[in-house]
Amino acid sequence: MRKKIVCMFLALISAAMLAGCHGSKGMPEFGMPETFDDSRTYNITFWAKNDTNKVQSDIYKKAIADFTALYPNINVNLRLYTDYGKIYNDVITNISTHTTPNVCITYPDHIATYMRGINVVVPLDELAASPAYGLGGSDLRFDGPGSEEIIPEFLKECRLDDKLYALPFMRSTEALYINEDMVKDLGYEVPDVVTWDFVWDLSEKAMKKNADQTFAINGQKVLIPFIYKSTDNMMISQLRQLNAPYSTAEGDIEIFNDTTTDLLMTVADHARTGAFSTFKISSYPGNFLNAGQCIFAIDSTAGATWMGSDAPLSDIAEENKRSFTTVVRPIPQFDPDDPKMISQGPSVCVFNKEDPQEVLASWLFAQFLLTNDVQVAYSETEGYIPVTKKAQDSEEYKEYLSLSGTDSDHYDIKIDAATLLLDHMSDTFTTPVFSGSASLRDAAGALIENVAKASRRGMTVDEAYIAKTYEDVRSLYKLDAAGSLAAKKDNAQPLPFASKLLIVCLIVTWIVMGAVYAYSRFRKAKS
Amino acid sequence: MKKLFAVVIALTCALGLVACSKGGDVEKKSEGVMTFEEYQAAAVDSEVTIEAYVQAHQSWWDNKITVYAADKEGAYFLYEMACTEEDAAKLNPGTKIKAKGFKSEWSGEVEIVDATFEIEDGNYIAPAEDLTSLLGTDDLIKHQNCFALFKDMTVKSVAYKNEEPGDDIYVTFTKDGKDYDFCLEYYLNGSDEALYNLVGGLQEGQVCDVEGFVYWYEGPNPHITKVTVK
Repeated sequence: MRKKIVCMFLALISAAMLAGCHGSKGMPEFGMPETFDDSRTYNITFWAKNDTNKVQSDIYKKAIADFTALYPNINVNLRLYTDYGKIYNDVITNISTHTTPNVCITYPDHIATYMRGINVVVPLDELAASPAYGLGGSDLRFDGPGSEEIIPEFLKECRLDDKLYALPFMRSTEALYINEDMVKDLGYEVPDVVTWDFVWDLSEKAMKKNADQTFAINGQKVLIPFIYKSTDNMMISQLRQLNAPYSTAEGDIEIFNDTTTDLLMTVADHARTGAFSTFKISSYPGNFLNAGQCIFAIDSTAGATWMGSDAPLSDIAEENKRSFTTVVRPIPQFDPDDPKMISQGPSVCVFNKEDPQEVLASWLFAQFLLTNDVQVAYSETEGYIPVTKKAQDSEEYKEYLSLSGTDSDHYDIKIDAATLLLDHMSDTFTTPVFSGSASLRDAAGALIENVAKASRRGMTVDEAYIAKTYEDVRSLYKLDAAGSLAAKKDNAQPLPFASKLLIVCLIVTWIVMGAVYAYSRFRKAKS
Repeated sequence: MKKLFAVVIALTCALGLVACSKGGDVEKKSEGVMTFEEYQAAAVDSEVTIEAYVQAHQSWWDNKITVYAADKEGAYFLYEMACTEEDAAKLNPGTKIKAKGFKSEWSGEVEIVDATFEIEDGNYIAPAEDLTSLLGTDDLIKHQNCFALFKDMTVKSVAYKNEEPGDDIYVTFTKDGKDYDFCLEYYLNGSDEALYNLVGGLQEGQVCDVEGFVYWYEGPNPHITKVTVK
């Protein structure tokens, strides 16, 4: 009897400590209010990302104004970023002080890290399913999409641990922007789906020089035939196309394999000759493409307004631009009959707050971003596509696509890039999301960058070098030898005091329980 | 009297020598270190070792720091050099460093990447060189990364990178009918509230003297460090 009382007492203490810790550092779990209390005023913050594109900022501002006209009691304060990484860092910094934004543009990889905090990000399933305030709900003051009207592949990307933690906002993929004139000058036609061999072969052929050391293909002293903007995507896409391991859904790291080594050896071969480079090493692919210094440029479809000799946006001087025909294709493939390309683009998540009504107000705004007006307007700014069938099928969007090439708002390369994704939605993929998947993605890019740089610098890139690179990258990104992933070093946080206290208390509890058990055994034996 | 005079002169000379030696010989390079001329001649992607004096740096982050450095012959841009937070605190303007890395070029900006460094004895601050007359000429690139002064520049436009304060500020000035793009790099001096607000508040038509480092991005794009509105 006495033993039972002691055990119950200890269990109660442990439970109380857990609850205390939970309450002191984490957020309470979100509970769905029955109704939205619109007698109160809510001030919510929205952290958004634009592509250094004023039109996109204006669309966010208009969306806020339109939303506030419908919900005058919800004030939305916009904070603009031009970089996903900066949003991510700021959110991480603000989690510990409970000063996260209410609504935030983000990537699922980042949400997985945010979820290390207790109840930091609101699971949206209950909100989305609410008959009154959910997707297409009866009490909404706007015509939002029903859940069945969101493109299923894109909605699925926002599920983590089988719960919906975000809504897709815009989607893009990568595209291969080609200087068709140069391909023809080399004696080839651009196929509908380009292979990696095609790109590598022509890139090497283009390296031929004149006696004056200018390149024969463009008469200039500068030529980088093939430039890839995002080398993490390059590695991830190649592995996926070859059905080679990258990671498991549970977070086991599988990227350090023979296929990766083969891919890196190919990168080394072409970086050595100067036929291949990257954004990090040389600069934006569009700058070289538009100056007639690049044949194959891979960048996001969301950067299409910067690509091509008539691009409405450009960082290079007018006198440096060259006139040529640009064509848009899917990224190079190993199997042209089974193309695979990455699905990317911003999603939107809702952060938890003490006040469930404030969360509900945030959810209403997040959902408003999926209305046709916002979806169509934002997708028209770049080579994005709307994430809802409702917007994709709207007359307004169809008309936009039909006006391709008529003016700079309907820049043909931008619309070709968007159409590329519309035609290949079922060929897109994403990588598994888990706590630390953002680090693995960085590591994938670092492998290519390291090998390309070493090769350019005249170093010997062989299997021994690559093995050493694997070791360095594992260490830098905290991908331990056993294959499991620890937190990236710059995200590693010391344990909060309450967690340390909990661990100490649990140890003490077990010691006490052990002592009590030993004492009772001793008493029993003695009696 | 003569003796006193001689003593004063001798003391003055001695003091001068001491002062000089404390600062180190700015022009002399250690063994194995490139002169600026040799650095300029080095090929892109080759390994380089330089000695120079920190003129400014961007904010430290993730064990990396970007440094604007100079010696008496020219200037260097050390991009994301490996650096602990503790060492970053020692990189005050004037501090002498020896850095080893790889010469690189990014959109026209010649820089040193993947560098490591050590701090050495010595101190030197490069004066701002008036390069106004070189604007729009091919000679400006010879002064890439140098600390420079541009006089009587007329403000044409001011824009925040992300449409609102909190990031880089792009300023276009005109001079003799031509436009020149400058940038207030947030990580360089965004924390200087007075300067940030001054630059963000510049109005079209205002005439200014502008100091900064001659950074390059697809053409000259100096990083502003001081603006004097006339």
